[in-house]
Amino acid sequence: MAAHRYLPLSDAEREDMLRAIGLASAGDLFASIPERLRLRGALDVPGPLAEMDLVAEMAARAGENLLPDPRAQFLGAGAYRHFAPSVVDHLISRTEFYSSYTPYQPEISQGTLQAVFEYQTLICQLTGLDLSNASMYEGASTLAEGILMAERASPSGRVVLSDRLHPEYVQVVRTHLANMGIAIESFGHGKDGAADSAAARQALERKASSLVVQHPNFFGCLEEIEALAAVARQAGTTLIVVMTEPLALGLLKPPGEQGADIVLGEGQGFGVPLSYGGPYLGFLAARQSFLRQMPGRIVGEARDVDGRRGYVLTLSTREQHIRREKATSNICTNEGLCALTAAIFMAALGKSGIMELARHNRAKAAYARQRLAEARGCSIPYAAPFFNEFVVRLPVPAETAVQRLAERGLACGVPLSRYLPDPAQQRDLLVCVTEVNPRGEIDRLADELGRLA
Amino acid sequence: MDARSLRAPESLLFEVSRRGRRGFDVPPLDVPQESGQALDARYTRQDIDGFPELSEVDVVRHYTRLSRLNYAIDLGLYPLGSCTMKYNPKVNERVARLPGFADAHPQLAESMVQGCLRLMHSLERALCAICGMDRFTLQPAAGAQGEQTGILMVRAYHQERGDARRVVLIPDSAHGTNPASAHLAGYRVEQVASNERGCVDLGALRRRVGPDVAVLMLTNPNTLGVFEGEIEEVARALHDKGALLYMDGANLNAFVGQARPGDMGVDVHHLNLHKTFSTPHGGGGPGSGPVGVKRSLEPFLPVPTVEREGERLRFQHDRPKSVGKIRSFHGNFGMFVRAYAFILAHGPEGLKRMSETAVLNANYLRKRLEGTYHLPYDSPSLHEVVFSDKNLEETGVRTLDVAKRLMDYGFHPPTIYFPLIVRGALMIEPTETESRQELDAFVEAMLAIDAEARRDPELVQKAPHTTPIRRLDETAAARTPVLRWRGDAAGS
Repeated sequence: MAAHRYLPLSDAEREDMLRAIGLASAGDLFASIPERLRLRGALDVPGPLAEMDLVAEMAARAGENLLPDPRAQFLGAGAYRHFAPSVVDHLISRTEFYSSYTPYQPEISQGTLQAVFEYQTLICQLTGLDLSNASMYEGASTLAEGILMAERASPSGRVVLSDRLHPEYVQVVRTHLANMGIAIESFGHGKDGAADSAAARQALERKASSLVVQHPNFFGCLEEIEALAAVARQAGTTLIVVMTEPLALGLLKPPGEQGADIVLGEGQGFGVPLSYGGPYLGFLAARQSFLRQMPGRIVGEARDVDGRRGYVLTLSTREQHIRREKATSNICTNEGLCALTAAIFMAALGKSGIMELARHNRAKAAYARQRLAEARGCSIPYAAPFFNEFVVRLPVPAETAVQRLAERGLACGVPLSRYLPDPAQQRDLLVCVTEVNPRGEIDRLADELGRLA
Repeated sequence: MDARSLRAPESLLFEVSRRGRRGFDVPPLDVPQESGQALDARYTRQDIDGFPELSEVDVVRHYTRLSRLNYAIDLGLYPLGSCTMKYNPKVNERVARLPGFADAHPQLAESMVQGCLRLMHSLERALCAICGMDRFTLQPAAGAQGEQTGILMVRAYHQERGDARRVVLIPDSAHGTNPASAHLAGYRVEQVASNERGCVDLGALRRRVGPDVAVLMLTNPNTLGVFEGEIEEVARALHDKGALLYMDGANLNAFVGQARPGDMGVDVHHLNLHKTFSTPHGGGGPGSGPVGVKRSLEPFLPVPTVEREGERLRFQHDRPKSVGKIRSFHGNFGMFVRAYAFILAHGPEGLKRMSETAVLNANYLRKRLEGTYHLPYDSPSLHEVVFSDKNLEETGVRTLDVAKRLMDYGFHPPTIYFPLIVRGALMIEPTETESRQELDAFVEAMLAIDAEARRDPELVQKAPHTTPIRRLDETAAARTPVLRWRGDAAGS
């Protein structure tokens, strides 16, 4: 076997080390594996490739993707296209961040620990809540964890979801809750596309541990969080607000200040590459009263023996390595580097940047919505206020539009029919407009959609 | 001057912040400002209280300084047992950032992302070949979510046969994620004792397995680094009673190319791309926890699966027996790219040499340390070895002290106090990417600490002495938790 570039030991060293441990050959290292289980032939995998050929091979595979120009994409629905300042990738590429482990030994992990402490603070400031953990996997499974957290705090065996929740989130919640003895029910929305708080009140006439709404909702509509919080409060139910687009927090009132008890969601929009769906990060913030029920890692401030300020993983008696099956969650590895990415993105944009960028997104989406409303055969079915995403009703099935506009180099949006079987929504397209879409492409989108009729 | 020293504490972002600084310019708006339809003020915020205001330079210096307070695999040996901290090849970072991959939106039409689907398909096939399984799902975000997915599939399998069963058996040496994941699938957890070799007690298992047992979750090699030599008998004992065998593949690095779970009677197992296949740990993630299954469990795989249809690849969502979706979109795709690049860089012979070298390095450390440190189980080691602090008993020096003192010698400590079946455990996994010099330097440090413990125990008990910060009071931190910055008393 020839030496490999990732393996430092020379053949002579290997021989020498084998002798040192008293073995005749490398094969003897595996003597504890029963002979009949030992693999005889070679693995059926490709390679080895020299680095130059490896880069060429992977570039060829990436090249098989036929991605439209990013400026001509209008896709959202759970993953958002934003410009990340160069400092973000530069800093997360520091090996001290990306090639370190979970910070079990605080004395030599203060970089990670302090960055997480700062991340937790940033998430609290944006959401208006007291607590944040160090990150979860992604938005949808974070929602499942949030529902379980609310159920532990106040068991009822029932959760009520808005019917304008991202359908993948609902699917994931169903998978996670399937054997937990929690019934999942839903409540409806009004004509304007926003949640119907009277329907929520009715749904809460029977006890539920949590009421879940997405804000902006799956159709891009803003929710009346204060009204829903009043409904939840009256029923003694935890209000969970889900956000799939974190940048909305740069524009919208912090849900925590409007009465939400838990705010959670997808943090990808804060500088994390689209990367075909992952890795992303779930954020999870809550009121102080949920402290002992939080899942996942949490970093806290501490003092060292000389009285200096430092940071440690804390409250670990909630976690699986101590509590095993009684833990608040099974999560161990989270999305540390993605949380760092989000934190650096937030720090780089800063207070003014994040608020201005959010307003910029809203203004572009408002312009696009106006243009699409005027396009021939198109209409805007929901009147509720929006952030950077909205539904447009087309003269043809939305899937048809996606195919036709793809030929013009446009990824015009996400057809709702991909998720919702309702025939009334066959012609509905979810369109997302951000700072990366120049006016010219928005106009072209409107023109092309107007030609479908 | 403190702020410029390499060891100085770094202020928090919020303390560096000064009103009016900015680090980012939003481009000029190229559409008309809103007039009539502007968003009602009752929806909008006017401020983000306490949010930092920094220049680009401030941000870069802050995070660069923070980074220097971290240990990392590129600085040296990182021998955390069961964590498989191996070198992260730089080319993997390069290819994961290819715009064709990094800029691919998960909602793009399948026809536009054939490259992504092909990569997922190729990785699934490679993992099937390496593990001897029939199918893999790449969806789970990390090992624990892989476990949860696997046990949900086990449940669906039993349910289809009329009874989900009630109990999941887990050895006392297992990771805490195993019982936590089994609980999330609605099962009651029962512990199985280990025998004197540190392996599953086959007799006790046979007596326990009955119609109420759904599955045994077995880590192989186990957390002592010992191969479960009776795994086929274990599988038979389970299968005879209709139960299944789940393998926790966290330690797969021990036998890639030497043996395959699928040949051992394993029905379902997860592995960690961020361990065996070297995707970076990122200071606590992201990971990726693919789950492999035998044909009998294939119908229950999460949706969607990737299927070939002639020359094209497509997602198959219509799988009526599926456990559903365990997370949004298609998994941690960026980790798939890195892991597949890692497999391609090695090829079949390289992967074999990888596990062989990992086991050689662990056994070399074992040989050099076993005269000095106590070896609680003398079963043959594969990729890691577990010592304890028993030989240091009369010195008063404990495992924690040895770990902290290692930092003064420039090493990250091993995993400590795990597995739970070893009192004062020091669990050492060097991996294959260490040189002889690095291993020898680690041995010298361990031997020096043993000598110090006998000569001057306080030196070891008060370690570390040279790190940016010294031992932190974790008890006080948990008693009065401060989990976010709140500004000074004046509320700045």
